[in-house]
Amino acid sequence: MDIASLTIDGVREGLLARRFSASELATEALRFAEEENGRTNAYLHFSPERALERARRVDEQVARGEDPGPLAAVPVAVKDVIVTKGVRTTCGSKLLAHYVPPYDATAVARLERAGGVILGKTNCDEFAMGSSNENSAFGPVRNPVAPDRVPGGSSGGSAAAVAQGTAVVALGSDTGGSIRQPASFCGVVGVTPTYGRVSRYGLTAFASSLDHIGPFARTVKDAATVLGVIAGRDVCDSTSAAAPVPDYTASLDGNVKGLKLGLPREYLKELTSETGELIARGVEVLRQLGCEVREISLPATDYAIACYYIIATAEASSNLARYDGVRYTVRSGDGETLAEMYRNTRGEGFGAECKRRIMLGTYVLSAGYYDAYYLKAQKVRALIARDFADAFQEVDAIVAPVSPFPAFKLGEKIDDPVAMYLSDIYTITGSLAGIPCMSVPCGETAEGLPVGMQILTRHFDETTMFRLADALERTVGVGNARTRQRG
Amino acid sequence: MKITEEEVRYVADLSNLKLTGGEAARLRADLNGILEHIDKLNEADTSSVQPMAQVLFEAEETATLRADIPVAPLGNEAAMANAPRRGAGYFKVPKVIER
Repeated sequence: MDIASLTIDGVREGLLARRFSASELATEALRFAEEENGRTNAYLHFSPERALERARRVDEQVARGEDPGPLAAVPVAVKDVIVTKGVRTTCGSKLLAHYVPPYDATAVARLERAGGVILGKTNCDEFAMGSSNENSAFGPVRNPVAPDRVPGGSSGGSAAAVAQGTAVVALGSDTGGSIRQPASFCGVVGVTPTYGRVSRYGLTAFASSLDHIGPFARTVKDAATVLGVIAGRDVCDSTSAAAPVPDYTASLDGNVKGLKLGLPREYLKELTSETGELIARGVEVLRQLGCEVREISLPATDYAIACYYIIATAEASSNLARYDGVRYTVRSGDGETLAEMYRNTRGEGFGAECKRRIMLGTYVLSAGYYDAYYLKAQKVRALIARDFADAFQEVDAIVAPVSPFPAFKLGEKIDDPVAMYLSDIYTITGSLAGIPCMSVPCGETAEGLPVGMQILTRHFDETTMFRLADALERTVGVGNARTRQRG
Repeated sequence: MKITEEEVRYVADLSNLKLTGGEAARLRADLNGILEHIDKLNEADTSSVQPMAQVLFEAEETATLRADIPVAPLGNEAAMANAPRRGAGYFKVPKVIER
């Protein structure tokens, strides 16, 4: 079997036609993933016992003639900021190098209940802070399309695993673009659903008002299927939404005629020429399919980076306070006093980017600065949300680039935090507004680097977003051709 | 420079972070660059909006509450399994109370 090009439907057909059992697929997928991992470092560790146990249960269900679930036997990778009971969860940090969670995230439990087989945990920037995956304490991930380049971040391992074909689908997390940007860089589909659409229970908190769990897949349909499985109200997360979960795959028929699309002029300013051309071509495809395209304005865009890096770091400084050497495995230099023990543990345990963000977050919340920074940022966030609300009076969806440029070289931006932050400009706005947004492959540069198009829709209107992405995919083609050949 | 090295050390103290070697100087330069960019926010006219703390949706007042049914807790053993130092059902830390 050709594992690297499997889809959810392909797994299901093979399983039900008895061409392979779930156990055979799991064994082969684990072998393939371990063998390929040296090329990318996408996985931090594998969970063979759990995978094989889950696969055996699927085989038993099939043997009894029961429905094994919508994700039966599908090999899944999970970003290592999402907790898995009994399977190490490091968050890409030295501080949690040995942490074994006592419970499962709701999204993980739902994936497995639907038959999904979790192969292992994927690499990421430490505590999901970064745009290149270079902030992992366990080494960077290489982009499977171009090994001298970053896969994007922070969910770089999940994007790389799906692009490389070592997982059919994966879970990532997105706070300011951490699913969409790596999806764009690796040539796969990445979805950030509406805030609250997927329970955050078991997602290690970075910035609670911005954190999302969402799927990666090679096809839009597979991403839609996974979202359908993990979405919905969860009593363990009081911010999870009660809105009913529609069948996202039901309306993927390629018909997008009459949909009104907005192209924000503020998003077309600083693109590299090739990215701009590919996005324009993608927009043209949708126009040919009968969409009505008009230019719109999102005037508060210029303030988004500043607003995001205040709110996200403020929340992070509070959320990361718990890693103090008392409860989570790593403690360094006992010290004379409790305070010294805290300081030693955190000083030695956190990497440079985490320290920068904890410091910035603490600073903007500290006495005398709260109103000027944090309160101001919350007001600007309201302006950004209002921009989108106004735009959605006129249009059904917004189409935009994901990143101003394709995947950059390893080491290229790591010494310039401001430049790294500025590259998040097009993804941060949707995160602040809490609307659904995704990246779908839109073509490749002359060098063969993938470029994703971003599609953003109204709160809880993931259906329209998937319909447009699916229509584009039918013309542009699935994922990245070169990756698939190599896989 | 918007932030002094003394302020960096004060904030590190508030953050419970021990800084070593050239870290304070490096953080000062980094934070300064970021804070300069953040100054952009002063240009935004926010007189017409309320601060937005959370993405909110229409929902009943009790929508965030689960049914009041007892469920089994995690249990002491599982909750403490990751503690670096423990004893007698407690987390062990350096002494905090002087005799």
